[in-house]
Amino acid sequence: MAGAITRRKLIAGVAAGGSSIALSAWTGPTYNPFFQDNVLSIGEWLNYRAQRLIVGNALAQQFPESDMSPVFRTNGNTDPGTPEYEKLAAGQFADWRLQIDGLVASPASYSLAELRAMPSRTQITRHDCVEGWSAIGKWTGVQLGRLLKQVGLQPNARFIVFHCADDFDGTPYYESIDLVDAFHPQTLLAYAMNGEPLSVGHGAPLRLRVERQLGYKQAKYVMRVEAVAVLSGIGDGGGGYWEDAAGYYWYAGV
Amino acid sequence: MTILDRERSDVSAAPAARQVVYRHRLPTRIWHWLNAAVILVMLMSGLMIFNAHPRLYWGQYGANPDHSWLQIGDSGEQGFLRVGSHTIDTTGFLGVWGGPGDQTMDTAFPGWLTIPSTYDLAGARHWHLTFAWLFVAAIVAYWIFGLSNRHIWRDLLPSRRELAPRHILEDVKNHALLRFPKGEAARRYNTLQKLAYLGVVFVLIPLQILTGLAMSPGMDAAWPWLIDVFGGRPSARSIHFICAMLLVLFVVVHLLMVTLVGPINEVRSMITGRYRLPAEHD
Repeated sequence: MAGAITRRKLIAGVAAGGSSIALSAWTGPTYNPFFQDNVLSIGEWLNYRAQRLIVGNALAQQFPESDMSPVFRTNGNTDPGTPEYEKLAAGQFADWRLQIDGLVASPASYSLAELRAMPSRTQITRHDCVEGWSAIGKWTGVQLGRLLKQVGLQPNARFIVFHCADDFDGTPYYESIDLVDAFHPQTLLAYAMNGEPLSVGHGAPLRLRVERQLGYKQAKYVMRVEAVAVLSGIGDGGGGYWEDAAGYYWYAGV
Repeated sequence: MTILDRERSDVSAAPAARQVVYRHRLPTRIWHWLNAAVILVMLMSGLMIFNAHPRLYWGQYGANPDHSWLQIGDSGEQGFLRVGSHTIDTTGFLGVWGGPGDQTMDTAFPGWLTIPSTYDLAGARHWHLTFAWLFVAAIVAYWIFGLSNRHIWRDLLPSRRELAPRHILEDVKNHALLRFPKGEAARRYNTLQKLAYLGVVFVLIPLQILTGLAMSPGMDAAWPWLIDVFGGRPSARSIHFICAMLLVLFVVVHLLMVTLVGPINEVRSMITGRYRLPAEHD
């Protein structure tokens, strides 16, 4: 993750970790935190830096309608199932509001109707799951950058965090991205998929589309958007539910 | 002057049967062993990543509802590998296999073939996407060294004569009959050997790198031609898997040849650089 590795840690890790490579490989389930934190994390650091350098503000590929998946499978949670969510869903999300707060100049909240009334963007893009499958769908929503400009970021804001209505065994889902992706023109808070209002399975009423990263970054059931300076205060500090729970890369461009 | 030329003058006085030639220079030897270790890690962590979604597709999209051309899975007690419409029972190896302590496991590839050895997609990605940097750095260094010190031109590039169909057929026949070059002829790689090494260094490894990059959504935004070249991310993933299997095939044949030709002499040559030419009449 950004700033998580210092040069000294890198060098110490390469030197000391080299000898434990063979060991870690063969002992399998035995988890070696030193090797993980000091050697294998070099890859994440390199991937993030290299991609920020190479990818810049390039747009993700957009596809013609003929390339769309006939069936776009769901993944992760397919229904938050909480009483509060059930109530919102029963009312077609008329009482739902998106909260935007944290390190912003003027916190605000938006109803679904207000978001739909704003200028929208529609894009047909490929959703790449970390597991290896891909599906192509059409997303319509508000550019996240537009909303962030409306509320105004404070100068020390570095990350945008998405708090969601769904949870895994009581641990709420959340995700976060840096400001490069937050202000990327294809980064949407999408309320429609394939020309229909977003279904519950795909994250109704609102989900994130951050097209140059993997599926687990595409947070569903977004309730609150928070601007923060560091990620350490949220969840277990990894920047997302799967990052905390299973050690997935925070930067999921690879 | 190539290493072989230099050695030819050094050892010309020795009897032909006992000749020891300096066959592999230090950069080649370092690359060989580094690459061997890195490819092993890449393969084993790659198989664990495959376990997360053991199906392969062609085209721009591919997920469970779509047609997969290859699948490893289980139907209850039975493990299977399906390629197209052909299914074979792989119980005990793929799909269903015996884990530690009489446990029946149902990941596609068994734990003794994967890094980590129990299901861990995030961990496997850490291994794979870190060692990928070493894999790329090693092959780029090899290309630079090999092209600039002319190792690739002189030792690996087959001559027009060697590429003649008749010569290649002769080489295939010699391999099939386990007739390997002796004496002076063993100074040089034979044609099939040259083609195999060139195939790995200039076709399989570059394809592995490019198809690997094509699976990254970030790289696809930066270099959309990656997707255009391979015809879609699922296609790139399929080619990545096929190339990995071809690399495994190369390693198996490579080890078989080393064993048949003389394991001690061959392994020593890749450690010290020195290779004893097999006697003309053995």
